[in-house]
Amino acid sequence: MKNWRILENKLFVRWLSFSAIITIILLSAFFLTLTISSWPAIKANGIQFLWGKTWDPVKEHFGMLPFLIGTLLTSFLALIISAPFSVAAAIFLGEYHSKGTIPNIFRNIIDLLAAIPSVVYGFWGLFTVAPLIRPLEVKLHLPSSGLGIFTASIVLAIMLIPYSVSLVRQVISMTPIQLKEAAYALGGTQTEVIWKVVLPYNISGISAGFLLSLGRALSETMAVTILIGNAAELPHNIFSASNTMASVIANEFTEAVSDVYSASLIEIGLLLFIVTMIINLIGRSIIKNVSLI
Amino acid sequence: MEAISDRGIKRRKFKDKLFRYLVSGLTYCCLAIVFVILFYIFKKGIGSLNWAIFSQLPKPVGETGGGVVNAIVGTLMLVSVASIIAIPFGVSVGIYLADNRGRKMAGRVSLAVDMLQGVPSIVLGIIIYLWVVKPMGGFSALSGSIVLSIMMLPPVIKNTEETLVLIPNTIKEASLALGASYFRTTMKILLPTGIGGIFGGCILGIARVAGEAAPLLFTAFGNPYMNYNILKPVNSLPLVLFNYASSPYDDWHKIAWGATFILVSMVLILNIIVKYFENRWKVQF
Amino acid sequence: MEGTILKTENLKVSFGNTLVLKGINMEIPEKQVTAFMGPSGCGKTTFLRAINRMHDLTPEAKVEGIIKLHEDDVYKMDAMTLRRRVGMVFQRPNPFPTMSIQENVLAGFTLNGIKLKAQEKKEVVEDALKKVALWEEVKDKLTARSTSLSGGQQQRLCLARTVAMKPEIILLDEPTSALDPLSTSKIEDLLYELKGNYTLVIVTHNMQQAARISDVTSFFYLGELLEFDDTKKVFTNPKSEKTQNYITGRFG
Repeated sequence: MKNWRILENKLFVRWLSFSAIITIILLSAFFLTLTISSWPAIKANGIQFLWGKTWDPVKEHFGMLPFLIGTLLTSFLALIISAPFSVAAAIFLGEYHSKGTIPNIFRNIIDLLAAIPSVVYGFWGLFTVAPLIRPLEVKLHLPSSGLGIFTASIVLAIMLIPYSVSLVRQVISMTPIQLKEAAYALGGTQTEVIWKVVLPYNISGISAGFLLSLGRALSETMAVTILIGNAAELPHNIFSASNTMASVIANEFTEAVSDVYSASLIEIGLLLFIVTMIINLIGRSIIKNVSLI
Repeated sequence: MEAISDRGIKRRKFKDKLFRYLVSGLTYCCLAIVFVILFYIFKKGIGSLNWAIFSQLPKPVGETGGGVVNAIVGTLMLVSVASIIAIPFGVSVGIYLADNRGRKMAGRVSLAVDMLQGVPSIVLGIIIYLWVVKPMGGFSALSGSIVLSIMMLPPVIKNTEETLVLIPNTIKEASLALGASYFRTTMKILLPTGIGGIFGGCILGIARVAGEAAPLLFTAFGNPYMNYNILKPVNSLPLVLFNYASSPYDDWHKIAWGATFILVSMVLILNIIVKYFENRWKVQF
Repeated sequence: MEGTILKTENLKVSFGNTLVLKGINMEIPEKQVTAFMGPSGCGKTTFLRAINRMHDLTPEAKVEGIIKLHEDDVYKMDAMTLRRRVGMVFQRPNPFPTMSIQENVLAGFTLNGIKLKAQEKKEVVEDALKKVALWEEVKDKLTARSTSLSGGQQQRLCLARTVAMKPEIILLDEPTSALDPLSTSKIEDLLYELKGNYTLVIVTHNMQQAARISDVTSFFYLGELLEFDDTKKVFTNPKSEKTQNYITGRFG
């Protein structure tokens, strides 16, 4: 009986280590699979794939620049649009009202934004944001479907708010009180203390917040797919229909008939994987440094 | 001399007030956006809620009416199977991380879990397509569940780890001092003591994957009919939304709003449950 | 004379590069109360925890030397078996929060997979709770959560949990330092009564406590055992000057 107890203990410890190692193996396996499966495309398209302007499945000529630009435009535009709101809410909840039940409620309300599924954002944006953009496009003499980079960016910006607010708020609320008191003692107003002491002090944490938001923006698929208009050419302006790296995969993967076509889409997936991994690594190490200070 | 410095202070005070109003204004905008979105969804959704939504299958193009019962069943199926896979596995990794803090290996595993959380869901869809769908020769609820289970892992793991770490060490020592093995101490004392936080992590994971559509596009794929077979493609609420949203039919839009209402209600309730559990659990120690 | 229940030979414990216990030789007498006292950091708790191999849980800890429980080498036997023969009560009361009062008393059995019949369970619970003078206070709420008890009651419950396993020796690590004076004196009375049937080893920060309830007292200082003798002798005529200084309060 004693031996059976020792055995069950041993098996348990082994199982725990096994499951832990699997997570590492899983991640590596993802990378391997993506690389191996995109190999036919890497061979066929070469390095020009990254800046190739044409995406032509019929002629089997693949270049992902349109999607790279679409991705960069939507992500950065979304970041820029959401930044003032996120930073404001972070300052409001981290500095002006960092304690109390009402700020707590506000925090929970903003967190609800993160709970809404991406498809729902897309669907909602289709019926609320797109109709608002259409008249604007008509005024600017542009094709007025209401769908395009700008529409997608607006909705994406809303989706990013809870993430950046959460991180930046935490960082701001942990500013050492002695620093702030020194600034107040010198006669600074609260605004001045925020701009001259709190924000600069937390610049790494704030950058990490935006970096991680960027990572989320890059990975966002469904809302963008619904709102961005699905076009495979280089966007002319921010109202153009376009595609991001994620949305082109969503739109075309099941219809990719040839091997090179699928592999090219998988190659895009590989690049997306690498970029988001790097962003996460950098963001995470910044946060670790900030917590240790 | 006095007049100049007075003007300076007045201006600074004005700027201070202005900034404060600006910050508050923008913050209230954020809050307003939440209400605007939720209100719109509920308004549109309530109008579409009827018995048909819950009981009927989608009708083909052109016919009015129909429902999304297959999608509701599909979502439940996908989430349940994903939980069965992810929860035991995730809790195990969480236990490992809690008990091996500071060790190098645990640091690497922790890193891997964080990286896992950052993998775009569409990329996970591609990977499971290559690993499961292709060898199986077709789309299936199983492949969909597998993708979702991978997405459920990070919240389950992290919550389990954080919960177990909060339990005072002296409880573990008391159990060991009575002669209990590590296995029994963990299963009979530590996990039950931490069940609140662990459960919260599972619900968080479920809330996260219930609304996912991207990874299901080429795994579960969707199905216009009811399907209880895990080896065949299955429909889910987020997929319905995606398909109907991109369609031009008003009918389908109406049904989609009903589905949206159901989905969002589900997800919101789950999130509220998590918050409630978090508070109750943290008070214990 | 009493027999020796526990014997250590040149016991050394180090954490990383720091040597905390510098080679302790001790023989603990059976069915008596032995007190360990000394200033903070002197090694008394380290010594106690070496006996039931709690240092196994700390990777940086290294234990050298021999500990024998009734002729059995503690490090040669299975740790789980050892811990059924040696019980431990901790500084902060730590009843299992998810278990009721009676489940806590029976925890040792549950955790070791020992199955008891319903009647046996009742007897064990009543017996253990009576031994720690808790029975009258909780007999009507045995199924209540253990956390509903006061600090002093919780500590007695932990003692009951230990006693239920009928260990050969009970180790107590500052068992009353987290309790109020009334609970403390209740527990001291308890320990005094238990010593007829159990061997008790108690680490204490409180000299008066050592003087009140122990038969044998030891004095640790900077990892060395400076004094080990009948309590009366230690407090009236100690061998070491440091012991004298400690007793008279020259240093804490």
